[in-house]
Amino acid sequence: MPATLTQTNDVEELADIARRIRVLSLLMTSRVKPEPAGHPSTAMSSADIIAALHFSRLRWDPANAGWEDRDRFVLSKGHGVPVLYAAYAIAGAIPEDEIYTLRETGSRLQGHPDPTRLPFVEAATGSLGQGISIAIGLALGAKADGANWRTYCMLGDGETEEGQVWEAAMFAPKYDTDNLCAIVDNNRIQQTGSVEHILPTLNPIIPKWEAFGWHMIEVDGHDIQAVLDALDEAAATKGKPTVIVAHTIKGKGVPEMENSEHWHGKAPSPEQADEWIKEYLS
Amino acid sequence: MSGDIATRTAFGEALVRLGETNQRIVALDGDVAGSVMTADFGKAHPDRYFQCGIAEANMIGVASGLAMSGHIPFVASFACFITGRFDQIRMSVGYNRSNVRVVGTHVGVGIGSDGHSQMGLEDIALMRTIPNMAVIQPATGIETQGAVDYLVDHVGPAYLRLTRQKLPELFGDDYHFEFGKGRVLREGTEIALVATGATVTEALQAADLLEGQGVSTAVVNIHTIHPIDGDLLADIAGRTRRIVTIEDHSVNGGLGGAVCEALAERHPAPVLRLGIHGFGESGDPAELYERFGISARQIAIQAASFLESAAEVALIAEGSV
Repeated sequence: MPATLTQTNDVEELADIARRIRVLSLLMTSRVKPEPAGHPSTAMSSADIIAALHFSRLRWDPANAGWEDRDRFVLSKGHGVPVLYAAYAIAGAIPEDEIYTLRETGSRLQGHPDPTRLPFVEAATGSLGQGISIAIGLALGAKADGANWRTYCMLGDGETEEGQVWEAAMFAPKYDTDNLCAIVDNNRIQQTGSVEHILPTLNPIIPKWEAFGWHMIEVDGHDIQAVLDALDEAAATKGKPTVIVAHTIKGKGVPEMENSEHWHGKAPSPEQADEWIKEYLS
Repeated sequence: MSGDIATRTAFGEALVRLGETNQRIVALDGDVAGSVMTADFGKAHPDRYFQCGIAEANMIGVASGLAMSGHIPFVASFACFITGRFDQIRMSVGYNRSNVRVVGTHVGVGIGSDGHSQMGLEDIALMRTIPNMAVIQPATGIETQGAVDYLVDHVGPAYLRLTRQKLPELFGDDYHFEFGKGRVLREGTEIALVATGATVTEALQAADLLEGQGVSTAVVNIHTIHPIDGDLLADIAGRTRRIVTIEDHSVNGGLGGAVCEALAERHPAPVLRLGIHGFGESGDPAELYERFGISARQIAIQAASFLESAAEVALIAEGSV
């Protein structure tokens, strides 16, 4: 493990990192010029999972994005990328002030991930449904080389309306990709409404993954210990890929944003963000 | 000279050959290996062959991930089906700068009886809008072997466009594939026929017909359509002043479009674009080439007519008529 990353099993410490991820997500999206922009609410639903991964289980090196033996993390729901930029800032992979360059002309922090500018993000995503296939390719590549790094991929539940996700779900188990762990950030809200309203038969989602041959683990995505246990179970599972369906609350941490369809893809004003941070996240 | 061979077949042979020595080469199939000629690679190297089923979008993403982990993926399907997943190629391959070799076979009306739904007719236009996508269409078996050899080491994404039908060999064993370089196959002073892939043979035969009518005709083979060889095109336009582009692809956005863009900026010249107008259809390949105006005979007729009209335009411009 690289010396530059401090990993911890302390759930309280990880919860505090998740809190800071939420703070930074609000700060960076509210400061985008000429007007607040980005997806803080989806970053906040996944903050606890990202804290558990990037500060406890994921092997990566904040000082060396190209470390060959690193685990790969692909954010298939590319619009949620503020959560990664926040994690990188907290880990020291990027200067904390750099978060205020989000979406700025020439910035490494593009509105959606771009590994050419910022290699830590691993894959360019933002057209939904594509990251999971890239992650499978990475997992196959590692298997072919006998490498022991793992590949993680986070999807949104709305994203799984894309047909490509089910092509991928059908394909991955064929090659026994037990070095692959998909995580569905099941926050139940997409742009124009609830998942239940948009496509009522997407759910039940769990038996669909199971039917395609994945090892399925269902967790509360805000219970960090449960997420850590699920990641360990995935790593110990042999012969098939794992999908963790993590039940989450969109906008988690700010009551006004929680479960609110109004706050999909919207960032608060700087004043609003500061007020919420002071009231709920300090 | 070798015998007639489809460029898809030459590709399949090259892949097997290269796979023997290069362990990084992998191939992905969407259940068309018997048609796109990757089946032999799969038999020779089963551990480096991924059967993805009839699911091209996922297949392209998987290829990108394999490239990111240091492999050299060739992902092949019918041109219309694979470049139809344009968003996946644009994002997962192009924007990710993945070293994926996208291979599209069954291009143009030259596939014959299967008809429009199976004909790759828009693939060049689509692929050359992706900034870093090399677009290569070889004209013969030997040129295909050279292109595939080259693609193993090419840095960045690439699209290789291949025929279903057999094509006569035009080159010798000393052929050397030079990425990005067009090649003058025949010198001429009055008109230049600029062709790619299957239409190179047609253009050479058309040049014979035109020479028979006393028209000095150059023929240029453009195997790399993106980036296109602007230097050569400007030079040939300067020498012949009349350009005809010929391709088995939509008349819009393909070789003709690329040539016009290059010449408009560097050496404006009248260009006649020959390619497919409207939708394709079932039929005998030779008859379809005649019907869609890209057979040797049709090229010669249209080129002669173009020379006359271009001559008229020049005379009007000079105030002579």
